[in-house]
Amino acid sequence: MNLSLNLIAFYTIVRKEVIRVLRIWIQTIVPPAITMTLYFVIFGNLIGSRVGTMGGYSYMQFIAPGIIMMSVITNSYGNVVSSFFGAKFGGHIEEMLVSPMSNSAIILGHIAGGVLRGLLVGAMVTIIALSFTKLELKYPLITFSMVFLSSVVFSLAGFINALYAQKFDDIAIIPTFVITPLTYLGGVFYSINLLPDFWQYASKFNPILYMVNAFRYGILGTSDIDVRYAYLVVCAFIVILFTLSFLLLKRGVGIRD
Amino acid sequence: MSALSIKNLTKTYANGFLALKGIDLEVDIGGFYSLLGPNGAGKTTAIRIVCSLVEKSAGNIEVFGYNLATHPEEAKMNIGMVPQEVNFNTFDTPLNILVNQAGFYGIKRSIALKRAKKYLGELKLWDKKDDISRNLSGGMKRRLMIARALIHEPELLILDEPTAGVDIEIRRSMWKFLKDTNANGTTIILTTHYLEEAENLCRNIAIIDEGVIIENTRMIDLLKQLKQETFVLSLENDLMNDSNLNEFSYTLIGGNQLEVLVDEDHSINDLFELLNRKKIKVSSLRNKSNRLEELFMRLVHSKNDTSKENS
Ligand SMILES: Nc1ncnc2c1ncn2[C@@H]1O[C@H](COP(=O)(O)OP(=O)(O)O)[C@@H](O)[C@H]1O
Ligand SMILES: [Mg+2]
Repeated sequence: MNLSLNLIAFYTIVRKEVIRVLRIWIQTIVPPAITMTLYFVIFGNLIGSRVGTMGGYSYMQFIAPGIIMMSVITNSYGNVVSSFFGAKFGGHIEEMLVSPMSNSAIILGHIAGGVLRGLLVGAMVTIIALSFTKLELKYPLITFSMVFLSSVVFSLAGFINALYAQKFDDIAIIPTFVITPLTYLGGVFYSINLLPDFWQYASKFNPILYMVNAFRYGILGTSDIDVRYAYLVVCAFIVILFTLSFLLLKRGVGIRD
Repeated sequence: MSALSIKNLTKTYANGFLALKGIDLEVDIGGFYSLLGPNGAGKTTAIRIVCSLVEKSAGNIEVFGYNLATHPEEAKMNIGMVPQEVNFNTFDTPLNILVNQAGFYGIKRSIALKRAKKYLGELKLWDKKDDISRNLSGGMKRRLMIARALIHEPELLILDEPTAGVDIEIRRSMWKFLKDTNANGTTIILTTHYLEEAENLCRNIAIIDEGVIIENTRMIDLLKQLKQETFVLSLENDLMNDSNLNEFSYTLIGGNQLEVLVDEDHSINDLFELLNRKKIKVSSLRNKSNRLEELFMRLVHSKNDTSKENS
């Protein structure tokens, strides 16, 4: 494999993705800003003032890390799935397929695009959060590594969704029926200690719970789960999803007749 | 070594349709080949397999000696492809489309920009470089795809029906461009269902029908196969119906249009000698139909007849 060729090809995809995100900012940047502001106003301010404290923090502080993580996850996923499916739909995916760049460069380029969008939106939501409440940064390394790795996981998931998708409806199914429910049940708005035993146990099969809690731990220093498990979970997902993406792309699933 | 060597290429689509039934094709370096066949013959399928856009079911492909399956990087580096359908991002600009495509081939941005300028200029698209490409005319979109196919300066240029649906003037200028490109050393393969295009451009021709290559030869040899040809002559004066043109079989239409069949025992010179002797003045002469078209119909039909006999 020719490394310099693939580096340039990778950089080309990333550049194209970033330009796309910035060009259609009304679709990519503005909606999460509005939605997340509403979360802070309604849950944090109005309802939160009645909830009191959770895990030793004000409700607003407690939910802020989860809401930031939620926006990162959905935007990373959304970026890769819509950009890659769009390339399939418009036919310009063929520009990549005829070229000598490796399958890894195609995957990594789109993942990098998804991560950059996720982190950009995450940063913006953080700024919004800071206008409502004060946040510390207890463990910066945990905070940044966890948000980065989670963003990679969901970018990869978006890539696989795009490979299988045949029509535009297909790129909405997973976010609607899988990601959104898992996020809401993933401890963004509550500590699982509030749940009955069975549901506490069931929650531990939800990977988003680990991401949200580890990220919250990085910022506030409180978590429902052992942070080491969180790293295990995200790294396992990255390995599995990357391998799957690679094999699917190599076999041409969804892109070559 | 050939520019392209295809051996026993077979394709069965997921729905079970057998689109290519084991085709062989050798394309010499520097050659200008056409793959000619009716709609649905399998031309696009063959091209797309060579360009890694469709998976083959069986067979072997080499591009300048590099096996596409084992050395895809080297093989792909040598191919430039112009597809049948528009497949660039129509929301992007021609300049971006070219520079990004170059990036996918590992070409640095600074070099890509220079090349984009060169090829957009040659294909008369430079003043459109920053337009949204959705707004380009059909002919411009085609030319943009040609520029894109050349951006990494491949040795082999493959075009799938490059002039389908573009008007005469643009078609002629594209022909000239392709001839020049070939003269500069690039091997060219194009598919077409316009026989005139194949006859005008290509030195070699392969005829494909229903997933089988039924003829593969030099253009001049193919034309030699034609045993008879019908000419239409317009005469300056009306001809009396009782005039006898001896050995030629002919029909007279409306008094001054003469359709004459010239077979392999005669030449067109014989015909004119005879007309001269009879003091018949000819004002114009044309072929009744395209010679290749006749040949093509014959080849396709004779094959269909044999397959019927066999079944
Ligand atoms: N994805 C596909 N699935 C099933 N059949 C296909 C597919 N693509 C093409 N075909 C069939 O394969 C045959 C050859 O098609 P194609 O290669 O496009 O022919 P051509 O380019 O010569 O017109 C046609 O009968 C077509 O219907
Ligand atoms: Mg075709």
